[in-house]
Amino acid sequence: MHKDNTKLTEEIIRASGVNPKKCMKCGKCSATCPAYDEMEYHPHQFVYMVESGDIEPLMNSKSLYMCLSCFACIDRCPRGVEPAKLVEAVRLSVIRQQGKNHMTADDVPAKLSEDLPQQAIVSAFRKYTK
Amino acid sequence: MQRIGVFVCWCGSNIAGTVDVHAVAEALKNEPGVVFSTDYQYMCSQAGQDIIKNAVKEHNLTGIVVCSCSPRMHEATFRKTAAAAGLNPYMVEIANIREQCSWVHKNMQTGTEKAIILGKAAVAKVNLNTPLTPGESPVTKRALVIGGGIAGIQTALDIADAGFPVDIVEAKPTIGGKMAQLDKTFPTLDCAACILTPKMVDVAQNENIRIFSYSEVQEIKGFVGNFDVTIKKKARFVKEEICTGCGACVEKCPMKKIPNEFNLGMDNRRAIYIPFAQAVPKVATIDPNACNMLKNGKCGVCSKVCTAGAIDYTQKDEIISEKYGAVVVATGFNPISMDKFDEFAYNQSKDVITSLEFERLTNAAGPTAGKLLRPSDLEHPHTIVFVQCVGSRCAACAEKGKEYCSKICCMYTAKHAMLVRDKYPDTEVYVFYIDVRTPGKNFDEFYRRAVEEYGVKYIKGMVGKVTPEGNKLKVQASDLIANKQLHIDADLVVLAAAIEPDKSARSLATMLTASMDTNDFFTEAHPKLRPVESPTAGVFLSGACQGPKDIPETVSQASAAASKVIGLLCKDKLTGNPCIASANELMCNGCSTCANVCPYGAITYEDKEFMMPDRTKALRRVAQVNPAVCQGCGACTVACMSGAMDLRGFMGSQIIAEVDAICK
Repeated sequence: MHKDNTKLTEEIIRASGVNPKKCMKCGKCSATCPAYDEMEYHPHQFVYMVESGDIEPLMNSKSLYMCLSCFACIDRCPRGVEPAKLVEAVRLSVIRQQGKNHMTADDVPAKLSEDLPQQAIVSAFRKYTK
Repeated sequence: MQRIGVFVCWCGSNIAGTVDVHAVAEALKNEPGVVFSTDYQYMCSQAGQDIIKNAVKEHNLTGIVVCSCSPRMHEATFRKTAAAAGLNPYMVEIANIREQCSWVHKNMQTGTEKAIILGKAAVAKVNLNTPLTPGESPVTKRALVIGGGIAGIQTALDIADAGFPVDIVEAKPTIGGKMAQLDKTFPTLDCAACILTPKMVDVAQNENIRIFSYSEVQEIKGFVGNFDVTIKKKARFVKEEICTGCGACVEKCPMKKIPNEFNLGMDNRRAIYIPFAQAVPKVATIDPNACNMLKNGKCGVCSKVCTAGAIDYTQKDEIISEKYGAVVVATGFNPISMDKFDEFAYNQSKDVITSLEFERLTNAAGPTAGKLLRPSDLEHPHTIVFVQCVGSRCAACAEKGKEYCSKICCMYTAKHAMLVRDKYPDTEVYVFYIDVRTPGKNFDEFYRRAVEEYGVKYIKGMVGKVTPEGNKLKVQASDLIANKQLHIDADLVVLAAAIEPDKSARSLATMLTASMDTNDFFTEAHPKLRPVESPTAGVFLSGACQGPKDIPETVSQASAAASKVIGLLCKDKLTGNPCIASANELMCNGCSTCANVCPYGAITYEDKEFMMPDRTKALRRVAQVNPAVCQGCGACTVACMSGAMDLRGFMGSQIIAEVDAICK
């Protein structure tokens, strides 16, 4: 584990309030995830990668913006790990590092599509801005 | 003044490695009352004990301090040594200089200092010790077994075989429990009924066993050897001793739509019913909530068709009082409710079932006569998904599931999957697992056979969502090894529901003052060395009431509990523990605080006449401790506000003397 990574990992764990060590690797988060196919790294991988300090690939992945924040993984995780909170924490640290929001209100109309769940649009502002 | 001998043990290098044992023996020589002090390699050895015995004689010792391991290890040994030398065994005190000293200290100097202090405390206490004599109580040579499943049956049979009378109290109309509902048993796949029903018949025919079926324990009083138990035998409106179990009444009963509990509500029974063909006792029972005659006084068909004249609509609950020497708890388990697991659509689709329901669906005496048909449309299912750990290992959701592993699900799911593939090879069978846990004789081989020989598809991952759509169940799951999300169109989904102790266990534990864990499983006296005894004397544990268990383990534990009961019932008298509480009647103000905190119900109150200082007589309410019931826990002594309660062998003055010796 890279030294900088240790700090980053700790930061993400602290910001999210998640203890990835509680994960028993059952995969129910990924089984329940409606955005699974859109994600390069699936919820259970998020937990595992944060646990092992493998943060950089997560920060560079578009998976961060595919999570709907529907919290199904949080609701159904039998160990109370709350993977969506980790996704959110990583996303926040990316937005903070780049110093600007991931999207603005003007970007929204172009992204609208009939298949897109409403919930995703509503939560987009909350999620992709500081 | 006492004449005290101090014996410091080296315990090989266990103590001598970090404690200067010679220095300890020397230092304690100067303590008040000490007339002899020595050290030896192994005090508990025969030679070590002889040193003690000889010293008692040579120096006329009246008290002994052994500086050694925990009293849990060898207190009994040294008490016997003292008794053999003619001393009262309660004149022995142990200073624990191993677990609480040498093992936790690394430095010889600090270890030695602490050992000396612990020794001084023990000497201070012995100076105030008085000889104690344990009381005796008689033993009622009859055992009570609560619960008539395989655990209760095995325990009762073993106790009865030893020649002692046993009563089984079973809440259901028949004994047999969960095992009677099972189809096949792992890992040998013999039919559950074929191996269980002969045992049920043995119980019925055994002269030493009485069965109180359709009954419950209402009250338990007393203590080891002398339990007074009140049993409520619920009215079944059928005279048990006359009914022949012919079933004519059941056939003619017009109330046909009562959900059948034995088949978990998957078919119907009548208002008068016999749970299953091999029921013991084979006696009909009328369900008072369903019977028209009992509810409205209209019908009476069963009494007309009963040629034996066994129907009695006026029957009342019967209260039975009996004395027992020992109580065995065998209250078993139930699968947890699936109501809160919306993601598996258990309440939305009839085709999402629990594993116990699956047992009934494959059982020849079940609702489908043993043909595997899905409940919604009685079609043969071609794709079946088994989900493991539903509600087990669920730390996040106490209101939904259980934190523990239910232990039996991996094996019965492998069994179900294998049996389906064997009988219906055209069926695709998936098992979603988190871990496959199959320790046990021939267990892992069994699971591997399901995979390798029967082609069951085991997938590492969990099901996230089941959605009923048309006549299919859309199963969304993860395959962690392929790192894929799977979508399976299933015909039947089987949930391996976690198991929990029967609901009756908690109230029973309260009646017995037996301890339970946070999951309501009964706690054993020692998790390794006393696994079938409750910490409450005279109460024994059999089967799943103590923790999740499969049949082989349950039967072993049942027999183990029986042997403990037999050991108890063989005795004519029990020697009590003399270290019990007693009240100083002159100081007691009758406030009841001690009675309220006593976990054993050992304290009662009595109005006693006292001579007052002005020579008048007055009635005062004072506490009385039943010496046979008191376990010497000391709760009353700290609760007592007037300082009237004291614990023999651990008097307040003795404890203070120890503290003083440490602080000096």
